[in-house]
Amino acid sequence: MTEQVTRPQTETITGAQSLVRALEQAGVEVIFGIPGGAILPAYDPLFDSSIRHILVRHEQGAGHAAQGYAMVTGEVGVCMATSGPGATNLVTAIADAYMDSVPIVAITGQVSSQLIGTDGFQEADIRGITMPITKHSYLVTDPAEIPRVIAEAFHIAGTGRPGPVLVDIAKDALQGATTFEWPTELALPGYRPTTRPHGKQVREAARLLVAAERPVLYVGGGVLKANASAELAMLAELTQIPVVTTLMARGVFPDSHELNLGMPGMHGTVAAVAALQKSDLLVTLGARFDDRVTGNLDSFAPDAKVIHADIDPAEISKNRTADVPIVGDCKEVISDLVVALRKMADEDGVQGDYSAWKNQMLGVKAKFPVAYDKPAEGLAPQTVIERISAIAGPEAVYSSGVGQHQMWAAHFVDYERPRQWLNSGGAGTMGYGVPAAMGAQVGAPDRVVWAIDGDGCFQMTNQELATCALEGIPIKVAVINNSSLGMVRQWQTLFYEGRYSNTDLNTGPESIGARRIPDFVKLADAYGCVGLRCDSEADLDATIEKAMAITDRPVVIDFVVERDAMVWPMVAAGTSNDDIKIARDLAPEWDGEDL
Amino acid sequence: MTTQHTLSVLVENTPGALARVSSLFMRRGFNIDSLAVGPTEIPEISRMTIVVSVDDLPLEQVTKQLNKLVNVLKIVELDSASAVERELMLIKVKTDAATRGQVLETVQLFRAKVVDVAVDAVTIEATGDAGKLNAMLNVLEPFGIREIAQSGRVAIGRGARSITDRTLRAVPGSQVV
Repeated sequence: MTEQVTRPQTETITGAQSLVRALEQAGVEVIFGIPGGAILPAYDPLFDSSIRHILVRHEQGAGHAAQGYAMVTGEVGVCMATSGPGATNLVTAIADAYMDSVPIVAITGQVSSQLIGTDGFQEADIRGITMPITKHSYLVTDPAEIPRVIAEAFHIAGTGRPGPVLVDIAKDALQGATTFEWPTELALPGYRPTTRPHGKQVREAARLLVAAERPVLYVGGGVLKANASAELAMLAELTQIPVVTTLMARGVFPDSHELNLGMPGMHGTVAAVAALQKSDLLVTLGARFDDRVTGNLDSFAPDAKVIHADIDPAEISKNRTADVPIVGDCKEVISDLVVALRKMADEDGVQGDYSAWKNQMLGVKAKFPVAYDKPAEGLAPQTVIERISAIAGPEAVYSSGVGQHQMWAAHFVDYERPRQWLNSGGAGTMGYGVPAAMGAQVGAPDRVVWAIDGDGCFQMTNQELATCALEGIPIKVAVINNSSLGMVRQWQTLFYEGRYSNTDLNTGPESIGARRIPDFVKLADAYGCVGLRCDSEADLDATIEKAMAITDRPVVIDFVVERDAMVWPMVAAGTSNDDIKIARDLAPEWDGEDL
Repeated sequence: MTTQHTLSVLVENTPGALARVSSLFMRRGFNIDSLAVGPTEIPEISRMTIVVSVDDLPLEQVTKQLNKLVNVLKIVELDSASAVERELMLIKVKTDAATRGQVLETVQLFRAKVVDVAVDAVTIEATGDAGKLNAMLNVLEPFGIREIAQSGRVAIGRGARSITDRTLRAVPGSQVV
């Protein structure tokens, strides 16, 4: 607890001073943002504040940095922008945070209240624009409301199912005179997230579990948000049930644990996909049956009953009907489930035995590891990522953009701890990687932070390298450079007869007929970063180690990789998970049984 | 099967609450048949009566999504058997000396009333449930309907119970950090 400085209640301050004081009271340490006309008054008191403001180069970067900060710290991330285009540039990051339930507060300046609705200079109805992609939003025109609104915004963003909250403040509210009073309690009668699960539902879940033969713990990002890794490990250890960790949950359960079958879904492991398809009971914890996990919904896990625990009641039975719905915080749900199962074992002598099922799935896992063929010549992208993981280790943080490199990073980095992995799962935002890594590095200054990025993604937000270089944020960027929009190219290979319409980015070397525009090494240099290039496996470890040794500024490595590598396994969009392929036209061969 | 549902939604009387509710319906792909908003006996609370045509399962989804809106306090589905439902309609009907008598007779039969008279038209105010108003329109149709203005449906449960009870009680555990 910080000692409270008592100021006389009658002290007259500006709305801007009130805002900064409110942010300090809310415990904000870092804001990512860019000033501009309407938000300008706030930047004056911010100049004297204990809060660190990081001046980014594009508001989207501010938003993703706030997300990265929130993901590694578990705290609410904060970004700030001016009205109009400043605010609309935040939209992608806000949408991303909404899809992935990341707690951020976005503060935007708005034109003066008498100008609102007149199409004033740099006016945009950002509250209206973001209404469908925020958990809640405010438009403040009265400076007296600022402390209450800020207190509510942080409470709403960080509790229940986390998400983005927008606070739009009119310029005259920032300039107007007010007094500061931090609320002692919040009046939010319409906001009461249920965190305690219903005991009856938990007992019903336990009964289903002991009766099941082929259960799977289907674990999503909700377990990460609930900080429930320890509880999950306890449940898995107790029951010996196989675990699948979704893209958002990588690291929540250690990859090194034998029960971890890996990631399910469109590019999931054969074992994770098979386990879900053959299961008779899905114990769904903070996951949401996303279409990228289920494939064709009608044929997803056809024999499984469903226990669905989520803090958001609207997720339950949204896509797949739950047999046992449990609304609650995953930490409490899992703890209670462990207690209920122990009680049944101790008092009634009833417990499930899944050893045959577990062994069957461990067999599939051993038979179909995530693997790839190395090309005859050139550097395999998967090898690059494997080696980064091996050298930087699980104590590092890994962020990624969206596409092939993201899927490879999800598979080929070893995830051993929660908050080790950040990516744009739901929204699929290209360009997330670098600014998210920047935010993560600020939130975890003692960790090594790697952005595993693609050549397409990197070009969307790499201006934040300037921010990183100037602010002393020494992230490491591995550009997995296949000179193309790789995932789209993969789909063109598979589904459009190799007609590569508009996917060639020309970032590769002349040897493949590309023009190396831009040259990522020169670009890194121009931004005050160290630029390195690696195009052969022989130099790979040395290059990564060189990057690891540089700690005083950002490093960008142009990994020139073979461009025909594809992400496998794959379930084609809209098809059944049963039709998973481990390579082109190659279905896994089962031991005499169909998947 | 798609059926019509009447939802009473209590919301905080704050700017933007209506926009949030209506945009949520649009975003989640539900069409609103009618929507009526007005104050309640509690000044801080407004009441929306929303009529939607959806299956039971999507209805559950839409009420859950509505409940997540911070300004939404309570949602109750009212079924016509245990609720009083009313719509208000203003109808401008062509009349002349020969037909006016017949039109006025129709007005009386449906316990509506005439609120404006011109040489060649009358304006009728009618309230009732959707069935009654439709029946009345059918009878008036042959005379020539020139214009209709219709309100959204409002509905209230029968009996002594109130859905606004206890909606503003203090929230446990929402202390400021």
